[in-house]
Amino acid sequence: MSKQINVALIGNPNTGKTSVFNSLTGLNQKVGNYPGITVEKKEGICKLPRGVKAHIIDLPGTYSLNASSLDENVVIELLLNKNDKDFPDVAVVVSDVENLKRNLLLFTQIKDLEIPTVLVINMSDRMKYKGISLDIPYLESQLQTKIALVSTRKNEGIDNLKTLISNYKELSITPCLNASEIDKEYFDNLRKAFPNQLLYKLWLVITQDVNFGKTDRNEIDAVADFKTKTKADLKRLQQKETIKRYQFINNTLKKGQTIDLSTAKDLRIKLDRILTHKIWGYAIFLVILLTIFQAIYDWSAIPMDFIDSSFASLSEWTKNSLPEGAFTSLLAEGIIPGLGGIVIFIPQIAFLFLFISVLEESGYMSRVVFLMDRGMRRFGLSGKSVVPLISGTACAIPAIMATRNIESWKERLITILVTPFTTCSARLPVYLIIISLVIPEGRFLGLGYQALTLMLLYLIGFGAALISAMILNKVLKIKSKSFFVVEMPNYKLPLIKNVALTVVEKTKSFVFGAGKIILAISIVLWFLASYGPGEEFNNAEEIVTEKFASKHLTEEELQNEIASQKLEYSFIGLTGRAIEPAIRPLGYDWKIGIAIVSSFAAREVFVGTLATIYSVGSDEEETIKNRMAGEVNPILGGPLFNFASGISLLLFYAFAMQCMSTLAIVKRETNSWKWPILQLVLMSVFAYVVAFIAFQILI
Amino acid sequence: MQVTLAHLKRGERAIIVDVSSINIPLKLLEMGCLPGNEVELVQVAPFSDPMYLNINGTHLAIRKETAIHIIIEITNE
Ligand SMILES: Nc1nc2c(ncn2[C@@H]2O[C@H](COP(=O)(O)OP(=O)(O)OP(=O)(O)O)[C@@H](O)[C@H]2O)c(=O)[nH]1
Ligand SMILES: [Mg+2]
Repeated sequence: MSKQINVALIGNPNTGKTSVFNSLTGLNQKVGNYPGITVEKKEGICKLPRGVKAHIIDLPGTYSLNASSLDENVVIELLLNKNDKDFPDVAVVVSDVENLKRNLLLFTQIKDLEIPTVLVINMSDRMKYKGISLDIPYLESQLQTKIALVSTRKNEGIDNLKTLISNYKELSITPCLNASEIDKEYFDNLRKAFPNQLLYKLWLVITQDVNFGKTDRNEIDAVADFKTKTKADLKRLQQKETIKRYQFINNTLKKGQTIDLSTAKDLRIKLDRILTHKIWGYAIFLVILLTIFQAIYDWSAIPMDFIDSSFASLSEWTKNSLPEGAFTSLLAEGIIPGLGGIVIFIPQIAFLFLFISVLEESGYMSRVVFLMDRGMRRFGLSGKSVVPLISGTACAIPAIMATRNIESWKERLITILVTPFTTCSARLPVYLIIISLVIPEGRFLGLGYQALTLMLLYLIGFGAALISAMILNKVLKIKSKSFFVVEMPNYKLPLIKNVALTVVEKTKSFVFGAGKIILAISIVLWFLASYGPGEEFNNAEEIVTEKFASKHLTEEELQNEIASQKLEYSFIGLTGRAIEPAIRPLGYDWKIGIAIVSSFAAREVFVGTLATIYSVGSDEEETIKNRMAGEVNPILGGPLFNFASGISLLLFYAFAMQCMSTLAIVKRETNSWKWPILQLVLMSVFAYVVAFIAFQILI
Repeated sequence: MQVTLAHLKRGERAIIVDVSSINIPLKLLEMGCLPGNEVELVQVAPFSDPMYLNINGTHLAIRKETAIHIIIEITNE
């Protein structure tokens, strides 16, 4: 068996760790120009020269080994636990050539843990542009390490890095600094109390914030004659340590790095003057949001119509060309319409992911954090909550994960709880189809009514998130210290490859993820809709023929009557009508009721469910939209999807918590069932009440 | 003249003098906010909060509540 070594990629946020990881492993993990893209451990395999196999671990970014948020803590826990199966044989510290000084702080800390270390200086393509030159051999000797100058964008230096890693046995483990210099007496005592432990590791264990350290302190408290210091004293020592480290780094860089400012160009200053401006900054942000909605609505209409009619013909073609039987009708009436209900939304979803990924890759996201912090604080949130709220428009699951870099637990918890209100891409299918049925097509100030309605729904989503955050902020009695430090990265031209990859990967996983659920649900639904108990179903032909005997119906009309009688008395019809009393006050019939119940698995199932139910009862080739438009309200008459019931449905979907995966993630991130259950109950009850009021007023 | 960082105006430069207050998060020091370093105000949000700073080449934003604990010396107008 060939040997396998553990290689951990460690570094400040946004230095390109994941980009290096992708280059080494050939995988496609998400990359973005915002500190805090990676929030959990990611693993991959890389073949190195001379038959060495490396197990590569990508970690969240951290500014130092003193954790101040959950994502940073992942790194510290790994490095302090020698028994962890992932404990690195080699630490690859990834730094950004433009911020070398700051990046080296973490490097010197890792060196003090006596782990073999390679220093990657990434983004070397930016050196010329910034007028930076480096004396690599000098830096290597001062920092007691091997350096790989890398540009993952230009794919340079990766082979050199691989060679350096494979020679890991020759790497020096001499520390850069002597930890005990910080406070000689204290560290001497420490050494006496724990003669077998690494001094700097002890120091880290002692100073880890109690909020984050699951590291074992008891061991230290147990030694009676060892005097612990007060928190304030420890903090003073940490400050001293930081200053010492920077002194060392400054001295090293004075000789090892030259920056020629005359050749340095800075686009940042000019852009930031406008993009973070008190007035223009907000105006531009608004314009960007408006453009996104218009794009989602207008630009994707053409491919959508095409997909819709293609699926209708596919279903028809299947019916005509396959031999008649249960399987054919399952395919033509269950599976194909169900899948069509999701494929139709690919264009919109792709646009949405495209915009979000461009915002992330360009560096604009941090500017939004800056602009919004003060406003968000009023609602008990942090400027950093804006990122989950914006990326929540794609999907709440990654958005909730993205809260991990919020330092304050209270702000983080509130963000997690309110993020599901933002209009995620799974709501989009429901919104789009209902808007197209009940909102007229006219235009106002160049924006279509329909696009405006969609935007209003997004605003309602954000509004609900903010207002409930404000309430939670008042209600929740959690004390946690809050501070806010956010790095503003350089602007970058989004790399087309990265953006395209994100769009393709995300769209794919949306379609396949939803596709699987829809496939299962549409098979079950088709079965329930095609069979039924009792006389009314099994003898539908006779009953209907008898009932209409005097009316002289054409053959076709008669067939339609039979089909609807069958659907009504099928298993699904009976179930649907059992729940109908609960939803009739909202303006829905039992078919919509079934669609709502099935969308508690995932919202996007709504359209597919309706498509399946409708096509079981009919023979004609019809698009989903036309079928919905043709439905008649059984009690009130007139179209089922009218203004009142449409608005009521839209509002129901805006507020209801209908996503099991989100609930599972909330459970994981908050470590308790209390919060997801609270979310489910409160949001759904609220949705019901609002939908009820809306329908009763509008009818 | 020594003032707090909250008094810094746009375009002014200053040197950081003292960061020993317990209210300053360690993270800020680790990002380079240390005595002797130069600080410049790049941009402020409405009500001067948060503040977008350039500290020795590191660009970051902090809230006013943190800025009032950082003592600086303004070097030019
Ligand atoms: N110019 C240039 N940009 C790069 C290079 N490598 C990465 N980037 C960009 O730097 C940004 C950050 O890259 P990531 O790989 O996400 O960084 P990370 O260290 O994993 O970030 P976090 O997970 O947020 O800590 C992205 O916008 C990349 O496109 C490079 O060699 N040159
Ligand atoms: Mg990353």
